[in-house]
This record gives sequence, structure tokens and C-alpha cells, in this order.
Amino acid sequence: MIARLTDGLSTRALMLMAVLLVLALAAPMFAGDYLLTVLILIFYFAYTGQAWNIMMGFAGQLSLGHALYVGLGAYTAAALFVRFGVPPWLGLIVGAPMAALAGAFIGYLAFRFRVGGVYFAILTIAVAEFARVGFDHFTWVNASSGLFLPVKQYSGNDLWHLRGQPVMFYYLLLAATVAALVGCRFLLTSRIGYFWLAIREDEEAARAAGIDTFHYKMLAVVISAAMTSFAGVIYAFYYNNLFPEQVFHISRSVEIILAPIVGGIGTLFGPILGAFILTGLAEALTSTLNAIGVDIPGVKQIFYGICLLAVIVALPDGVWPWLSQRLGLKGRGS
Amino acid sequence: MPLDLYLNVAIGGVLTGLVYGLMALGLSVIFGVVRVVNFAHGEMMTMAMYVVITLFAALHLDPLVMLVPIAVAMFAFGYLVQASLINPFITRPEHTQFLLLVAIATIIVNVLLIIYGPDSQNVQVAYAFDSYQIGKVIIDATKLYAGVAAIVVAAALFCFFRYTRLGTAIRACADNYTGAQVVGLDVKHLYALTFGLGAACVGAAGTILLLIFDVTPSAGPAYTLLAFVIVITGGLGSMPGALVGGVLIGLTEAMAGLLFTPSAKSMFSFAILVLVLLLRPQGIMGRRLA
Repeated sequence: MIARLTDGLSTRALMLMAVLLVLALAAPMFAGDYLLTVLILIFYFAYTGQAWNIMMGFAGQLSLGHALYVGLGAYTAAALFVRFGVPPWLGLIVGAPMAALAGAFIGYLAFRFRVGGVYFAILTIAVAEFARVGFDHFTWVNASSGLFLPVKQYSGNDLWHLRGQPVMFYYLLLAATVAALVGCRFLLTSRIGYFWLAIREDEEAARAAGIDTFHYKMLAVVISAAMTSFAGVIYAFYYNNLFPEQVFHISRSVEIILAPIVGGIGTLFGPILGAFILTGLAEALTSTLNAIGVDIPGVKQIFYGICLLAVIVALPDGVWPWLSQRLGLKGRGS
Repeated sequence: MPLDLYLNVAIGGVLTGLVYGLMALGLSVIFGVVRVVNFAHGEMMTMAMYVVITLFAALHLDPLVMLVPIAVAMFAFGYLVQASLINPFITRPEHTQFLLLVAIATIIVNVLLIIYGPDSQNVQVAYAFDSYQIGKVIIDATKLYAGVAAIVVAAALFCFFRYTRLGTAIRACADNYTGAQVVGLDVKHLYALTFGLGAACVGAAGTILLLIFDVTPSAGPAYTLLAFVIVITGGLGSMPGALVGGVLIGLTEAMAGLLFTPSAKSMFSFAILVLVLLLRPQGIMGRRLA
């Protein structure tokens, strides 16, 4: 199995990955509090981007409503924790199927009736918006006044209840990102991955070749949704407050898709690279503006918009394919 | 008594729906011809709305007087966007075009946020609280004018496409891209004109809508989504469908606001979208999908 995962990767690529992993593991020892929060954000977007990439990059289904899955995971785990004291890992066992179910609902509606392309994207937004308005009126989770998790000063890190210091969330997200990378590599090199790519490239041809396209597209949505819900659990327990207006908002969905697009849609390393580039640049911009005493809300979003514009115009395949060529990492299947 | 109330609210909903329909008409025209989904549609509308608010604060012109100048300005904006940004993307994959417009939309929302701040703003016209009474039915003057103005603009657009040479040429582009090029039409120019017309539509709709609603920068994405819901409900590419869809959604929102709570009204439009996708995926007035 290990052989299958590394097959086709050059030694240089493997060594580079090992160095990056060691750096990431050692980072909290050198990074200050601020840098650590930036790194947490980076890995959050790397992970969610990887999950989104399964749908768009592998199976070719453009989702613009991934905030839905983040929100469902976050709300389920947080509400169970606040109301019944259920540990978040058990909450995830409820939340992930909820997100998967929502994904399956969207997928069923769209794929059964051949709602493709942009229509599909609009359907994903519509369902996410439906959830946003719905949760705004859902009194069991405090509706629009927001759900708050009890917070106190933690000396240790309680991994089982996800109560602890930022460094714990950093390692959790790092682990999730690595697991997602390996998992996606595994999926891509398996039968299901090849079917996805066939569907992405030419759905009619894939169907003609005997692939059950409905089944495999559904799998892509369900896996992607369930993976994304885990990011939601982390989100809830890291920020300790949830507002439907924020969690389910369409700008959250757009943020999720930016990293993989900038990094390179359909590539495995693209979401991670994209998250580093975007979040890194955006934070640098914010702190520079703060340093010169300018605090304008919206500047970061404008910056994201310009980045998106620049990448689609100049590097339509994303930064990673271009960079990996430059670094001479272009092996088979990277 | 309750029956009167329902009727009043329903008429208000239909009139608002006509303006929604005009907004969606712009989207439908752009998609029908250029085959690009304008994801920045609602954002373009809020942009026009803020221009109206600025002009109103400075000159105290009635929004309906500003309708034509705003539409012309938005036409120029739309023409430029299509000619400079979107035309090079015509042959690119669908999702790339979509993301291009997502980027434009994000930039518009946040530039508006920086200039005007997050609070909602509106236009106070002299006849804001006037109403007409026909029998027991009371109609708000603003909504009546808005509905009539929307119908006039939509009718003008219909006539343009049906009876002018330019309109015919644009329809030719929509029907057969290669054929239009073969007979010597400047397709890129016509695409830019079409996007300009769509932008003018949405500019007019925004101007009219200010008679009824406030505007905030964050309303842009919501209007984009609303326009999509309307267009899919009515049938993508069908001009009457956009108006029918607009009226249906306007009516649904008004009734939902009355029977449940106004803040939950958009849930019902989404429910209609899901129903339409389930029962009649091509939309109410749409042609059967191949």
C-alpha cells in the first residue's frame, strides 16, 4: 500500500515533503502566538480545500456551498456538547453523517435530474443559504443570537473534549491535513479515483464506458461533505462561538475554494500551497495595514478577489503545476 | 378583513416580483446569448443602487427620473466588463468563467463596503407613504410605480430584440455562434452589447427597487442568488419566463413574510427552486432540455 502511495513520485518530491513535514511539526516551538494562529488558519484552509478538491478537482463538480458542511459539523458537535456534554469526537460521529446526508440530498437532486455545471453550483449555494436562514430561526441552537461554548483558562490540553490551547488545534489540523493528503492520494490511485477523473474529463464518454457516473459523483459529494464537517467541529471548538450568519455565509464557501484554485485544482499539493500563499499574503497585508494604522474591513476580501482574478487570468492551472515544473518534481502522477 | 390583508400583500408581492423579474431578465439575456453565468449580477445591482443613493443625496432627483441615465451608465460598465475581462474567457471552461465573475463580485461588494460602510441606506421620496385605494384593496404608490416601471423597461427590451436589426443580430449570435460569424457579424462586439444590456436591465431594476427596499453592500450576493432562483424557476433563456419567475418568487416571499416571518422568506424561494428542479427541471416556461 505504501508502495502504491509513493509510486511515481520522484525522490526529490518525497524528500521535500519529509522536510516540510518536519518543519511543520517543529513550527510551534519557534512560532509566536500570532504566527501560530496564522498557521492554524493555513491548515484549516488547506484541509477544507483538500476536501473541496475531491468534488471539483477530481470529480469535476463545482460546489460553492461548502460552508453548509462546515456549519453542519460545527453546529452538531457544538450543540451536543453544550446541551448534553457529548464529547466532540462523538459529536463528529453524528455531524459527519449529517453533512454527508446534506451532500447526498444535493447530489441526488442534481445528478438524478442531470443538473450539471453551473446549475449544480447554484443549487449548492441555495441549500447552504437555506441552512443559513434555517439556523437563524432554529431556537434549539439559539438561532441568530449565536451558540457559545463554555470557555475558561486551560492549563492542559484535553484532546477528548477539544478544550485546550491553540497548539493542540494546530497539531490536530496538521494531522488532518496530512491525513487528507494521504487519503486523497490513496483515492486518486484507486479505481474510484480513475473513475472520477474519467467523469471530470468527459462524463458522456465515462458513462458510455460503463461507469455508473451517478454512483461515483454521489460518492465524491458524500466523502467531501463528511471530510469538511470535521473542519467544522474544529472551527466550533477553536472559536467557541457560532453564528449562522457567519458560519453558513457564502463568503465562507468562497474562502474554502480559493486555496485549491490558487494552488491548482485537481492537484494534491495545490490546496496546501494555495492556503500558504493566500493566508500568508492576506495576513501580511492586514498586519502591514495595522502597522501603518489603517483598519479597513473588506480590504482582505478585495485582496482575495484580486488574487483570484490574477490566478485565473495568468495561471489558469494554478501555482503548483507551474512551481513543481520549476522545481523539477514532475514525476508520474503528481 | 383578513382576506383584504392577503390580497393587499399579494398585490404588493406581485409588483415587487415584477422588479425582481426585470433584474432576472438581465441575467437571462446574458446567459441566453453570451452563455456566461453572471455571478456578479446582484453585486452590479447594488452598485447601481449606491450610485442612485449618492445622486439622490446630492441632487434630490427622483429615482424614476434617474432610471434612464443609470441604465445607460450601467450599459457602459457592462460593455467594458465584457469587452475587457469576459470576452477572453469565452472559450474557457465553464467553471473558470464562473470564478472570474466570483472574483469581480467579491471586489464590488467590498469596494462598496469600504466606500459606504455596512449600514443599510435608502431613498426617501415624497410619495413614500402614499397609497391608492381600489374598493377595499390598498396599493402602495411606490410599489405600483415600481411595477409599472419594470414592465415598461421589460417591454422596451422585448421590442428591441424582436423588431430592431441589432436585436435580430444578437439573437442570431445566441442561436448559432459559428453561423453568426460566417455571415459577418462582429460577435465579440455583440456579446459586449448584450452584457451591457443585461447590466442596463439590472441597473434599471436596482434604481426601481430603491423605491421599495433599503440597500446594504452585503445584499449583493443575496440578489445574485435570487436572480438565479427566478431564472431557473422561470426557465433559463426564456424572457417571459424571467418575469413569470420573478412574479412567482415575489408573491411567495410576500406571503411567506405574512404567514411566517419576513426574515425566513428566502427559505421559501429556495424551496420553490428545489421543487422546480424536481418536477420541471427546464423551468416553468423553459424549453425541454435535450
